[in-house]
Amino acid sequence: MFEITISIISGALICGGLVFFLGAAVGLVRFPDFYTRMHSAGKGDTLSTIMILLGIALYQFHDLFREAHSLEEFFEHFKIELLVAIKVTAISVLIMLTSPTSTHALMEAGYDDGMEPFTCEDEDADENQNGKESAGQ
Amino acid sequence: MYQVLVFFLLLLTWVIFSGLFDPFHLSLGVLSCLLVTWMSSGMLFADRAASVWSRGRQAFLLIGYASWLLWQIVLANVHILKLALSPSGLEEVRPRVVRFRTGLRSEFGKFVLAQSITLTPGTVTIKIIGDEFVIHAISRLAADGLDGAMEARIAAIFEPELGDHLAVVAEGGHS
Repeated sequence: MFEITISIISGALICGGLVFFLGAAVGLVRFPDFYTRMHSAGKGDTLSTIMILLGIALYQFHDLFREAHSLEEFFEHFKIELLVAIKVTAISVLIMLTSPTSTHALMEAGYDDGMEPFTCEDEDADENQNGKESAGQ
Repeated sequence: MYQVLVFFLLLLTWVIFSGLFDPFHLSLGVLSCLLVTWMSSGMLFADRAASVWSRGRQAFLLIGYASWLLWQIVLANVHILKLALSPSGLEEVRPRVVRFRTGLRSEFGKFVLAQSITLTPGTVTIKIIGDEFVIHAISRLAADGLDGAMEARIAAIFEPELGDHLAVVAEGGHS
């Protein structure tokens, strides 16, 4: 029962991550310019990577209650699985730190290079931008 | 005090990554952590003016902030997914460049704010010039997310003396 529950939850996390990856890939093709494409390429994968890694970390525990001859053996299993899960979680923290940094570096390079962002000059955009400036002060 | 902290952080990392708890490997870990602490503890925590306890408080509050941020990331990612996958999603793509001034003073506070803005999909920090943030937002909804709530939360952690002022700004942004 425990094994099935854990497998289903981690499977759901991994599949959810894959859906977000799909969104990132489709967005990369569909969005209009460099900056908007960076949005989907650079960050669609943050959440999806985190979800997949969390799913993997959780899956470590799926056979926690396999046959153990003594309590020590059980804790030995638990210790190994916990350590692997912590390491996998550490990877996702690393992704959370490095992924926005690389996205930002590419965007800044494009901006410094004089690449004009494609913007929609409609009324609501102007109104919105003014609102932001007054709110920020 | 900081050296003790650095030593225990290193030791914790050693124990997690080695996974061996016998006396031989643990003593190797203690020895190498002592050596590294002695040689290069100055590389961690560059600003030693703040006390260790205030750092601990910040780290504790940062955990709460990280979980709030994670939820925001999920919400925003769903938004991007909708933009990318739904047939009419492209009409909602209204990219714009938003500029605003931040009240945060410390470099680290600005760094956390920029990183959080970039982490939430739909908004990317392009540049920080002094205390002006240049942000690229992909849609109207994403730009509306930059209402100062994030800034107020960061200020509450790293610069408590600014907290009240920014909270007022955030309230104004919501209405």
